[in-house]
Amino acid sequence: MSHLDLLTFARGNALNWSLMLCVAGVVLRLFEIFGLGREADLAKPRAVSPGSGWRTMITRSLPAEGMLKRDPVTYIGGYVFHFGLLVAIFFFAPHIEFFRSLTSLVWPGLPTALIDASVVAAMVALGVLLAHRLNNPVKRMLSGIGDYVAWAATLLPLLTGYLAYHHLLLEYTLMLALHLFSIELLLVLLPFTKLFHSFSLFISRWYNGDAFASKGVAS
Amino acid sequence: MSASLAKGINAFKEVLDAPIASFFSSCVRCGLCAEACLFYTETGEAKYTPIHKLEPLRRVWQQEYTLLGGLGKLLGLSKPVTDAELAEWEPLVYDSCTLCGRCSMICPVGNDITYMIRKMREGMAASGHAPEDMIDATTRAITIGSPMGIKWPAVLAQIKHVQADTGIEVPVEREGADYLVLMSSMEIINFPEYLSALSRIFKQAGVSWTLAQDAFEATNSGIQIGASDLAREIVSRIVVAAERLKVKCVISPECGHAFTALRWEGPNLMGRPFGFEVKHILEVLDELHAAGKLKTRGKDQRPLTYHDPCQIARRGGVVEQPRRLLSEVAADFREMSDAGVMNWCCGGGGGVSANSRADPLRLQAFKVKKRQIEATGVQTLITACANCRIVIEEGLEHYHMKVEVIGLTELLAGYLVEEDTP
Repeated sequence: MSHLDLLTFARGNALNWSLMLCVAGVVLRLFEIFGLGREADLAKPRAVSPGSGWRTMITRSLPAEGMLKRDPVTYIGGYVFHFGLLVAIFFFAPHIEFFRSLTSLVWPGLPTALIDASVVAAMVALGVLLAHRLNNPVKRMLSGIGDYVAWAATLLPLLTGYLAYHHLLLEYTLMLALHLFSIELLLVLLPFTKLFHSFSLFISRWYNGDAFASKGVAS
Repeated sequence: MSASLAKGINAFKEVLDAPIASFFSSCVRCGLCAEACLFYTETGEAKYTPIHKLEPLRRVWQQEYTLLGGLGKLLGLSKPVTDAELAEWEPLVYDSCTLCGRCSMICPVGNDITYMIRKMREGMAASGHAPEDMIDATTRAITIGSPMGIKWPAVLAQIKHVQADTGIEVPVEREGADYLVLMSSMEIINFPEYLSALSRIFKQAGVSWTLAQDAFEATNSGIQIGASDLAREIVSRIVVAAERLKVKCVISPECGHAFTALRWEGPNLMGRPFGFEVKHILEVLDELHAAGKLKTRGKDQRPLTYHDPCQIARRGGVVEQPRRLLSEVAADFREMSDAGVMNWCCGGGGGVSANSRADPLRLQAFKVKKRQIEATGVQTLITACANCRIVIEEGLEHYHMKVEVIGLTELLAGYLVEEDTP
């Protein structure tokens, strides 16, 4: 199989299957969550509340007062990584073209130098966060094999994308195929690892905000 | 699997719901919850990380309610929850968690960890893995009517003292009164000034109120230990009395978890909404003040600070009321750092203070409160929970700090404009 054949497979059947598995997995996981149900709260909520589930869904993206200084590495590393990743996914012109082919939606991209910097920043942040996970006793205790698999699965698309764009290490077509395969691996793993938080955190934040809001507290 | 373990696992399965499934699904093992927990910050021991305390419950969820977890269990790849593991987890779930809710406020993915610990205790208690002291307190609450073994004659004796001291009649079993007043065991035994202060305030405000012989105790060991059937039994006594006396509102005393038990868990335990309101005493006092019925004269000149009881502020939404009341009687009020909904727990909530095994850890965790108080430079601390009050007093004594602790109701009564005041 030539590099081009590999790339064609990565862009064709492999992508289709991984997308299907991802969607099916996400639907399954959502069913697993909502299928458990939630009993109605019979306690009369406070009439006036500064909080709500929808509010917490947004506000929980910011650290609570005083928390940033307690663990700046996690917060800053987390922000840099997520921001860099999202910029690379959604504002790199070839990615926008891919989304256009899927959804017909199109939006302006960002200069490639900025994308490049975002990817590097995201990879550096991932490295720092891994070192922090290995050195911090709490994070090390909580971490299992799944956490490290998720870390690697997240790094690979960034790394292969960067190498492909800069024509480094391997021949471009092969590296691009590997970039696509790494994304496909990420898609398949997403519903079944902690990467699923990209969906479920909106649910958990909503439940949290709703529970606190009924008591008159903005969480 | 032993019968008790099976009961515990079944209880775990029963409490698992969509919110808990979303919380476990969302956890990214960032460990930030540890930074919000006084048992971790004051000891530095990783095992006190809040989400770690839920590990057995998480595995039951994963093995029973996820496809991959179920497959793992089927193939013998997953680690089953054992009696030995639950025994190991007992101190984590009971001794080092006050259900204060601070971790739930900071988790980046929004996990309400406190909600999960409260639920997990149902399985711990069902499997026989609850602290002896809490089991004894719950047994006393069920058989005697109070976790500290207090019976109505003790309350009656206090009523007689209050009546003799104030000259004000304390109404008992008065049908049609607006308010049914509850007390906590701690107030009956250690802080009789609460009832005295309340009698004087209510007389001045012209409030129609009553005590009930069979429902004077507000505390609820059932929710602390995690036994909903027993919690329901304890709550039902209050509900029956409130309905019998046809009161419009039940007043939860200066006690944190009693408010949670009655106001938020009560209707759910009973399986129906209440036909009466439930308010914390601070809410009632604030309403009386707003209506011009609670008049005070003069201000306390001592520098004062206020400790927010977790179940009243963070888990109860009563944050502004104490501050409005304090502004009327305190000339030099100083907020603690992290005051309000992010306040640090005294270390004795959620049954921890009733669990003597946890005393050394509790006193270690108190160091955060010590720092907070010291930073304000006050020698007088006001609070609105009798349990916080006794726990703080013990902590202050342990660390040789000369700080007086006063209940807010009592402080207000000290500046009350009474009818016979010239």
